[in-house]
Amino acid sequence: MREIITKIDEITGNIATLKASNVGLGELAVVMSPGRSTPGQVIRISGDSATLQIFGGTKGISTSDKVRFLGHPMQVKYGESLLGRIFNGSGVPIDGGPEPVEEEIPIGGPSFNPANRIIPRQMIRTNIPMIDLFNSLVISQKLPIFSVPGEPYNQLLARVGMQADADIIVLGGMGLKFDDFTFFRRTFEESGVMNRVIMFIHQASDPVVECLLVPDMSLAVAERFAEAGKKVLVLLTDMTNFADSLKEISISMEQIPSNRGYPGDLYSQLAARYEKAVDIEGLGSITLLAVTTMPGDDVTHPIPDNTGYITEGQFYLRRGVIDPFGSLSRLKQNVVSKVTRKDHNDIMNTMVRLFSDCRESRNKIAMGFKVSKWDETLLAYGSDFEKEMMDLNVNMSIEDALDKCWEMLARHFEPMQTGLKNDLVAEFWPKTLEK
Amino acid sequence: MPVHGKVVAAYGNMVTASFDESVRQNEVAYILASDGSKLKSEVIRVRGNNCNVQVFEDTKGIKIGDTVEFTGDLLVVELGPGLLQQIYDGLQNPLPKLSKATGLFLKRGIYFEALDRSLKWDFTPLAKQGDEICAGDILGWVPEGKFTHQIFVPFNFIGKAKIVKMADAGSYTVDNVIAEVENEAGKRILLNMVQQWPIKIPLKNYEERLLPTEPLVTGCRIIDSFCPVAKGGTACIPGPFGSGKTVLQQLISRYADVDIIIVAACGERAGEVVETLKEFPHLADPYSEGRTLIERTVIICNTSSMPVAAREASIYTAITIGEYYRQMGLHVLLLADSTSRWAQALREMSGRLEEIPGEEAFPAYLQSRIAEFYERACCVRLKSGKIGSVSVIGTVSPAGGNFEEPVTQGTLAVVGAFHGLTWARSNARRFPAIDPLISWSKYLDQMAESLNKRDPEWVNLIKKTQKIMFEGNEVKKRMDVVGEEGTSAADFVLMLKAEFLDAVYLQQNAFDNVDAYNTLERQIYTFGKVFKILQKDIAIKDKDEGRQTFFRLTSLFKNWNSSEWQSDKFRKLENEVNAFIGSEK
Ligand SMILES: Nc1ncnc2c1ncn2[C@@H]1O[C@H](COP(=O)(O)OP(=O)(O)OP(=O)(O)O)[C@@H](O)[C@H]1O
Ligand SMILES: [Mg+2]
Repeated sequence: MREIITKIDEITGNIATLKASNVGLGELAVVMSPGRSTPGQVIRISGDSATLQIFGGTKGISTSDKVRFLGHPMQVKYGESLLGRIFNGSGVPIDGGPEPVEEEIPIGGPSFNPANRIIPRQMIRTNIPMIDLFNSLVISQKLPIFSVPGEPYNQLLARVGMQADADIIVLGGMGLKFDDFTFFRRTFEESGVMNRVIMFIHQASDPVVECLLVPDMSLAVAERFAEAGKKVLVLLTDMTNFADSLKEISISMEQIPSNRGYPGDLYSQLAARYEKAVDIEGLGSITLLAVTTMPGDDVTHPIPDNTGYITEGQFYLRRGVIDPFGSLSRLKQNVVSKVTRKDHNDIMNTMVRLFSDCRESRNKIAMGFKVSKWDETLLAYGSDFEKEMMDLNVNMSIEDALDKCWEMLARHFEPMQTGLKNDLVAEFWPKTLEK
Repeated sequence: MPVHGKVVAAYGNMVTASFDESVRQNEVAYILASDGSKLKSEVIRVRGNNCNVQVFEDTKGIKIGDTVEFTGDLLVVELGPGLLQQIYDGLQNPLPKLSKATGLFLKRGIYFEALDRSLKWDFTPLAKQGDEICAGDILGWVPEGKFTHQIFVPFNFIGKAKIVKMADAGSYTVDNVIAEVENEAGKRILLNMVQQWPIKIPLKNYEERLLPTEPLVTGCRIIDSFCPVAKGGTACIPGPFGSGKTVLQQLISRYADVDIIIVAACGERAGEVVETLKEFPHLADPYSEGRTLIERTVIICNTSSMPVAAREASIYTAITIGEYYRQMGLHVLLLADSTSRWAQALREMSGRLEEIPGEEAFPAYLQSRIAEFYERACCVRLKSGKIGSVSVIGTVSPAGGNFEEPVTQGTLAVVGAFHGLTWARSNARRFPAIDPLISWSKYLDQMAESLNKRDPEWVNLIKKTQKIMFEGNEVKKRMDVVGEEGTSAADFVLMLKAEFLDAVYLQQNAFDNVDAYNTLERQIYTFGKVFKILQKDIAIKDKDEGRQTFFRLTSLFKNWNSSEWQSDKFRKLENEVNAFIGSEK
């Protein structure tokens, strides 16, 4: 560790430039102002000057502050003792507990060798039928939840965290409101899962760019646990704040923006994080579920757009429910009716098709057309489908959900009307409820 | 003696280095980082005694004053027997080998030879002592799978030379000397089976470039019939995320009637390459009994989280390997997914060089780079008289799904076929989601002579059918406004016909073992029947009846499509089709 007493030459946005020699690209530095120290990272070197990205923001930093270079890039603690703990965006405990004693590991490490990847074929159960049954989450999948402020995306994330069959849950919060932070914490504590949760929380009141480290720290820790054989679920909320911080930094660096002010490397930056999701042969895995709030509810906005090009499908959370139409798990075909029950595939398609028909009937009504008997059947089915399947409070195993679907179909339809294959009908159609 | 320099600035993956002697634009340099690793990079701009190099690796830890070693060589790939079945990163580093050396994760600064030095090949000489040779001449051949892999005098061999000694037939590694030659200056040169070629320079060792006139059959009906691709031609597949670009390319990689497939996974998901990687060794090659797909495939894999500069290089690596096999008189297809990621890599570098940006911050030379790349696709007559070709089908990932953006527009300006995917079709699950109303191919006319061999009227029939498609769509749009009541019976039938064509011919079920892939023979056959139905006068009592009729027809054809060619089921369903065609109105 070298201490360099230096004068900061220039401060703009979240960037500070100063004289320093023998510092490496990516090296961690601490700017020590009276009463506080702020981490920063070397993002540019030129001759005898170095440019630092200051994670804690430059507010109040003085040109006479000392800067200490640590001789290594950003690191995070890793070990069993992190379980149940809460850290801020710089990796400092904020739960009142002690500093973990374990080793520090680098963050933002190299990518997994593609040649070592395997085709993922295991499902993660969440007991949320709209996920398990209609868009199954597969181990190692990276999936965003596209939503807008005001929707219960954090509630959904917390429920997945609580109920998913994962060994370890890493929650990365970016720009998290105090209420949401408390909500997560309470939910995990009350449901008794806190002992397998690790939280890296950047709060809305923290300096904006401090959230940049949250995904990297979360994923670095997750990666180590996965290598140690653990099935890790990483939950990130909200990646839009992460992308906006990238934008801030790039503007301070006077980079020419590519699209609505966002840097040209937004895709690569997001991909570097999302691609950490992995299923390691014979060892553990990382599955990644991340909230992306869409500015202006516009999916073509650069943040959701670039995300969609990276992830393996998306969930749309709209009006409090996971929309069965736009939502897609691209990996579900790896598990549906392969590791799940054989009626899964047909039930999944039939239920959604009928619900889509119901939507057309609803449109008919809205346009003032006459409704037929068939329309009425569909309408009744549709409202039951919403209540008994789509409602986010519905909580049951996929097997129970499949049974429930058969029961709902039998309640409203003749087997013939569903278009389901005869052999499935023979095996699964409820006998007692036959209309 | 390599020239040395020093790092004077670094930002992202761009390093500025000072040097004393001379450096060459686009030469390879290595940065010796303080942790002992040697980081491969490329000179991309020279100014006075400073040059900018783009580093192909993570640049963490680079310091002012670090040594830079300039090699004097351009960025090259290794060419020789053993390229097939390999999986390389963008710089031709073999990933499985890397995995053995560095474990689960990639590690920077570790490079392996692209070709296996221990493998032995059965060499048969074709040249003999005393022969006069020059660059690109054939010295002999080795069997590589089902291919006759020709061994050439290096394509960068200068001048003429005489063979002094030629190896006997036998088993050799790529490093073993197979010929000793003496050039005009009297210098003796040893030749083996491996050679190098700079990736950014097209390999042009051929007699003549030909106009592509032969179809490249993909097995996908909407492409082969309506927007065909030529052997030696180019096509692009733009589409918003999730519209089916990758699935379409994966299908093409399995079924295309070419000799060699090069898959360039350029800045996309690693998981998608793994599917190819793990499945191809088990999937039968549809064109060679008893062989698997991997035996005709090379995979270049520089996925989205791998270094960006190597991503930029990856498509050149891929096409150079393609050009090499083309020299053997083979037909090669390069599938690049996604060229937008390559363009973004250019944009990142351009930004760091502080060049004046063009639209959406892409560099002003974007268009010319795209053109240069696609121009490398070609059909050629070689010195041996054989015909070889490299075709390129690239996906484009337009920001916001908007085709007006620079990469899509730049690509459309140079390619021969456009297969535009839309959410309107993919959300309606009309796969492949190629929108027939916006897509086009210049090859339909260009290949007319060859296409009409199938049926003298083929191209005309296709154009007539396209007309029905457009008119049917017009009716549909009008009907959305005036309702069914305001639509005449004739118009309504036209609309139903267009929908029928879409459902049973344009759409194809990728997950149905039979329907996923149609031979040309089958396409022509099916199209004949579909066309008869489009031409048939179909009178309807009312619209509901019309709908019912086409509903039945559609379901009949779909079943027919998924029944094995010329099987009993196929014939039975065909009889039903014929019965309908022959029936009274
Ligand atoms: N031919 C097809 N048949 C059935 N489903 C398909 C087909 N093509 C695509 N899909 C569905 O669409 C999903 C996305 O397809 P794909 O991965 O090819 O999209 P993409 O255009 O490559 O997207 P991105 O730009 O994000 O890479 C697939 O996982 C699959 O569910
Ligand atoms: Mg894709």
